[in-house]
Amino acid sequence: MMFALANPKRFMEFSGTSLPWIASAAGILIGVGLYFALFVVPPERLQGETVRIMYVHVPAAWTAMMAYAIMAVVSLVALINRHPLADVAAREAAPLGALFTALALVTGSLWGKPTWGTYWVWDARLTSFLLLLFLYLGYIALWNAIEDEVRAARAAAVLAIVGAVNLPVIAFSVEWWNTLHQGESIFRPGGPVIAPVFLWPLFVMAVGYTLLFASLWIVRIRTAIIRRSIRARLSGIREQ
Amino acid sequence: MSIVALMARDLRLATRAGGGTFLALAFFAATMTLVPLGLGPQLRLLAAVAAGILWVAAVLAALLSLDRLFQADFADGSLDLLSLGPLSLESIAFAKIAAHWLTTGLPLTFLAPLTALLFDLPGRGYGVLVTSLAIGSPAVSAIGAIGASLTMSIRRGGLILPLLVMPLLAPVVIFGAGSVKAAIDDSPNAALLFLAAFSLAAVLLSPFAAAAGLRLNLHA
Repeated sequence: MMFALANPKRFMEFSGTSLPWIASAAGILIGVGLYFALFVVPPERLQGETVRIMYVHVPAAWTAMMAYAIMAVVSLVALINRHPLADVAAREAAPLGALFTALALVTGSLWGKPTWGTYWVWDARLTSFLLLLFLYLGYIALWNAIEDEVRAARAAAVLAIVGAVNLPVIAFSVEWWNTLHQGESIFRPGGPVIAPVFLWPLFVMAVGYTLLFASLWIVRIRTAIIRRSIRARLSGIREQ
Repeated sequence: MSIVALMARDLRLATRAGGGTFLALAFFAATMTLVPLGLGPQLRLLAAVAAGILWVAAVLAALLSLDRLFQADFADGSLDLLSLGPLSLESIAFAKIAAHWLTTGLPLTFLAPLTALLFDLPGRGYGVLVTSLAIGSPAVSAIGAIGASLTMSIRRGGLILPLLVMPLLAPVVIFGAGSVKAAIDDSPNAALLFLAAFSLAAVLLSPFAAAAGLRLNLHA
């Protein structure tokens, strides 16, 4: 299916029909999730009302990591198959990933103020997210710095893959260095330690954020394809 | 051209007039002089931050000369000639990494304990400081070479290179400075072992990634 969509024309047709559905599903899920997060979920025993920040913070962090994984996998496909659409797809995922990383950092530090008493602590997960943001920024900067598009695409793809190989090591080293962030409380052996009341709106939000990422990503890829075809036509007119 | 010949050529280029070695050492010394000016002259404070600052300054000094690693040879065409020769791009990358380490990482390793004296680093730290720099600085050259190969066609690659490489070097700084701190606290030194593991993996894998970077710039 991925290779069938590699044809830009087929991609435009498929994404054109599916985009409204994905985008409205994202809107509905985020709307429902936010309603439950803000009005239905009870205040938590220790953190009080501030627990509601979790519903915008945790999905942002998940989406940011997912975006990097997608970017790295698409980059690998682009390097192996030399397909321009894969180059575009990887490039257009990066600013979104950086955005979700920044969102996770901002909401995290706003959550940190009432619970830890400070906006920023050099805790392991915060630090590794800051480094993730720099990886995204470096990737975007490399794309912009190299004029030749084919060369830029390959260089950025190599960087994305090197980053993906190194990310677990960075995460481990930062974890070793300092830990204050609460430990893993959802995906752990023995089941989640969060009560289901708190948990299921979180998953609604997570799916909503993922679909939001997907729809923004599709919009960006479509825009890039359209821009390229406009440029091709304009240069065709100039030559005549 | 054999690997040894290529390394010897790079060593001569780096150590003669206009080469990177002296500049990297001078940059390191200048940074280490600025730190007390910023933090204040209290030796107790300086001793506490010495290990971390030394490692950060050493990484920055090594980064400074990295953008020239492939760029000069790319610009004047010698890299094209080298790639036509019997050496694979991976071997070329490895030779360049080794030469860069011999001319920056290794001299920095010897300069660092002298600088540490000015920071009143506790006596137990010196041995591990030298060991950790000797073990860890090859990883800086190796990972830096990936960034250098990706940015060599950019006219002002020196500006973007630190942004690309900095997050990747986080483990080196953490384990390097951590090992010196562990030695001062007299606690078991797992950091030094992690540093050695990271450095070995980086030196082993980076030539392949750097060769990919060279290939896309030479043949694209």
